[in-house]
Amino acid sequence: MPSAAFEQSLVSRIQLRFRRSEAVRGYTLLSPTLTIILLGLLFPLMILVTLSFWKQEYVDLIQTFTLTNYADFFRKKIYYLILYRSIRISLLVMLVTVLLAYPLAYFIAFHVKWNKMIWIILVTIPFWTSYLLRVFSWKVILGYNGVINSGLMSLGIIAEPLEFLLYNPIAVVITLAHAWAAVAILPIYVSLEKIDRSLIEASRDLGESAFMTFIRVTLPLSLPGVIAASLLVFIPTVGDYVTPSLVGGTRGIMIGNIIQSMFGKALNWPLGAALSIISMITVTLVVCLLLGATQLFRKKVA
Amino acid sequence: MSEVIISINNVTKDFGNVRAVNNANLDVLKGEFFSLLGPSGCGKTTLLRMLAGFELPTEGTIDIDGQDVTLSPPNIRPVNMVFQNYAIFPHLNVSQNIAFGMRKSGLSKQELDERIEQMLELIKLPGYGDRGSNELSGGQRQRVALARALIKQPKVLLLDEPLGALDKKLREQMQIELRLLQQQVGITFVFVTHDQEEALTLSDRIAVMNQGDIIEVSTPGSLYEQPQSRFVADFIGTMNFFDCTLKDFSDGIAIGEASELGSVRIATPQTIVTPGNDFTLAVRPEKFSISFEQPDQQYNSVLGRMGPSAYLGDRSHLYVHVKGREYPISVALQNLTGVLDQMYTTDRKVWLTWSDDSAVMLPMEG
Amino acid sequence: MIRTRSRLNTLTVYAVAYLIFLYAPVAVLPLFSFNDSQYITFPLLGFTFKWYAQLADSQGLQNALINSLKVGLSVAFLSTVLGIFAAKGVTRYRMRRSGLLISFIMVPLVIPEIILGISLLMTFSVGGIKLSLITVGIGHLMLCTPFSMLVLISRMEGFDKSYEEAAQDLGENAWWTFWRVTFPIILPGVVASFLLTFTISFDEFILAFFLAGTDATLPLHIWSQLRFPDKLPSVLALGAIIVMVSTVVIFAAELIRRGGVDLGNKSKV
Repeated sequence: MPSAAFEQSLVSRIQLRFRRSEAVRGYTLLSPTLTIILLGLLFPLMILVTLSFWKQEYVDLIQTFTLTNYADFFRKKIYYLILYRSIRISLLVMLVTVLLAYPLAYFIAFHVKWNKMIWIILVTIPFWTSYLLRVFSWKVILGYNGVINSGLMSLGIIAEPLEFLLYNPIAVVITLAHAWAAVAILPIYVSLEKIDRSLIEASRDLGESAFMTFIRVTLPLSLPGVIAASLLVFIPTVGDYVTPSLVGGTRGIMIGNIIQSMFGKALNWPLGAALSIISMITVTLVVCLLLGATQLFRKKVA
Repeated sequence: MSEVIISINNVTKDFGNVRAVNNANLDVLKGEFFSLLGPSGCGKTTLLRMLAGFELPTEGTIDIDGQDVTLSPPNIRPVNMVFQNYAIFPHLNVSQNIAFGMRKSGLSKQELDERIEQMLELIKLPGYGDRGSNELSGGQRQRVALARALIKQPKVLLLDEPLGALDKKLREQMQIELRLLQQQVGITFVFVTHDQEEALTLSDRIAVMNQGDIIEVSTPGSLYEQPQSRFVADFIGTMNFFDCTLKDFSDGIAIGEASELGSVRIATPQTIVTPGNDFTLAVRPEKFSISFEQPDQQYNSVLGRMGPSAYLGDRSHLYVHVKGREYPISVALQNLTGVLDQMYTTDRKVWLTWSDDSAVMLPMEG
Repeated sequence: MIRTRSRLNTLTVYAVAYLIFLYAPVAVLPLFSFNDSQYITFPLLGFTFKWYAQLADSQGLQNALINSLKVGLSVAFLSTVLGIFAAKGVTRYRMRRSGLLISFIMVPLVIPEIILGISLLMTFSVGGIKLSLITVGIGHLMLCTPFSMLVLISRMEGFDKSYEEAAQDLGENAWWTFWRVTFPIILPGVVASFLLTFTISFDEFILAFFLAGTDATLPLHIWSQLRFPDKLPSVLALGAIIVMVSTVVIFAAELIRRGGVDLGNKSKV
């Protein structure tokens, strides 16, 4: 039988291995987090994939491999039309949000001399107030009897409420551009703040105008922030269903609403799973296209 | 003889495929001020960190005070360290920093306070106990780091380029204080630096390192005057090198022939090569005498032409071109009078001479 | 000179306009929460506290608030602890492929929440796990851990490894080194991580929508109230309270952060 001495030497050898290898210690510290992500993300995603190949019949799940759900997506026009619309709306949201955010981030980074942190806090406070209530607030503002309409009417500017304000894709874009503002401003601000001011001075010194300096120096150097901001806005908004269902109306329905209904009223989990996976793949493809496009842009400017 | 306090035996350290320290063997004596000197990336800091226990050797053993501590964690080793950036804890004041390592000392609050006061006296910062760590200057941080380590009364104090962050004047002042402090507390210091002047000023002995190897271990004087290798001769101070062939050796005088210098004589108890073979002759800039007339001696003299000169205040560096030599010979002169500039004008013919015992024989390299 | 001035002014005007755009919807909440009318329309009809009084009477709201606090605090604690471990592992040890592992942990940030929600829902359903506040918490943990890790990695990167080495050198083992040196120095980061993750969980709706059992969290409660026009004003009152509390918390967090240990470098950003 193994002697106590042997056991002790084994223990000390393990301890020694632990002390010797930084990597082992690092992995040990990372392992709880990795385990959580593995169990709470990777494993559920695998279940999602599995389920997307099953079939729902009334309340029962039929656990045999089938491509029906994927076939449904391509057969029934409505799904890919809505996915296409979701991507379009999200891209528009991304564009609007980033375009609106850039000048503000630029302002904070280059023109606010002291108390930059106050500006950052000012920008983030609305972001920390309930997402639901912010979206709801827009419904109240844009609604038929809402703040804008009743305000304009009581001022006598209009006689009838404006109907085009709410329940359309534009309302969705405005609401989401507001909701994700801070998420876009912060990464752009960080990347602008990191730019060495002497690079800009060097460009001016070498004879470029302020505008061309911005195009050839500031913008390319802040591109990582712009890309991060774009992705952080684009990806989550594709799956949003709160905003569409509150302010989007029937013309503003997005893929998130469809997926959500598959887990609610429509009760078709496998189809919902398949739609999720198709959406995810589409989002990934769009992201790759976006990244490819920025690579091209970078080469052109340089 | 003093007893050995640190014994480094065949120690090698690899980081992945990079060998940071290669088969190091070194003994440090008790009470010594010992320096590890070398260019950045030579492995000196890695060697120091292995003494502290922050890195474990890939091979070999380290003994401190007769104990094998090769694999001991840093917290149980009888050594303490002064870090390059001092690592003064930012959330603690000066007293708390100094007292940090005394948690398990078993001293009463009062005794501990007394000890801290003593340490503050020692580092000449009495009354600074309540200062916050961010209210200290670079030099003060360095002293607090010293006190924090010394209060533990370590067998050995390790110092990782502690003066590197200070400006020149303060650095020179701290060098003196550090040396005095070391003599006062009598603790062995192992000091890492890339500054050869600093190492020469402070150390009892120096180990010169390059690319992971310990090249030479000796006293400052003999490293400077009698280097054993071209690397050490070149790294410490400035040195002129000449290719030479040994002609004859007798009675402690070696006679050689150098294509650039003619006949040379070197006073040396023994030669490193046998007659007929090549060696490198090395002469320090300040060993040359310079004159405008041809000297009497037939050896150790060479005719040259003045090149550019650099005025450094206390001394001047002259560059003398010699026929057949690509680079000018570097000559250092004390500025005893104020008229050097006018005398050593460019292209003027000068004679350089040097004595038998000021030249060094080195093995040929490459 | 004149040109620069005018450009600065244009930007300043823009920045102010942008802030108005940001705050207008937020300002609507308190404004109409004091309006003595059930309908959210101009003109304002008078000042009242009754919507706030109605809030105080609502048992459903109080339960939802308690549920959200429970979930939020547990998630904030767990994700911050995980974040500390992970951030220390990443920043303090030489590891191969650590970049890959970090991006793996960051994945929940780039997956639409609805997909995270339904895949967890399916997993719980397949595993026969009953939906409850715990399942909501698990969902939130997935979302919060990456944020916590980001905050703590940046704090850990901001302070030199030599502080911890000095503590070890002065005789402390790993446990005491953590409590005597690492923790006090990263404390502002820990507080920031805790507040950030708490706020995310407290406000999170989509995951909770799929993963909650019979116990509603606050966003779920709000969602259920939005359908009833007569409940709207008190929802506004609730919104006004949330705005105020978050503002106070954010300023408090900023004060704590400023009061934190000055590491003398960029880590303050």
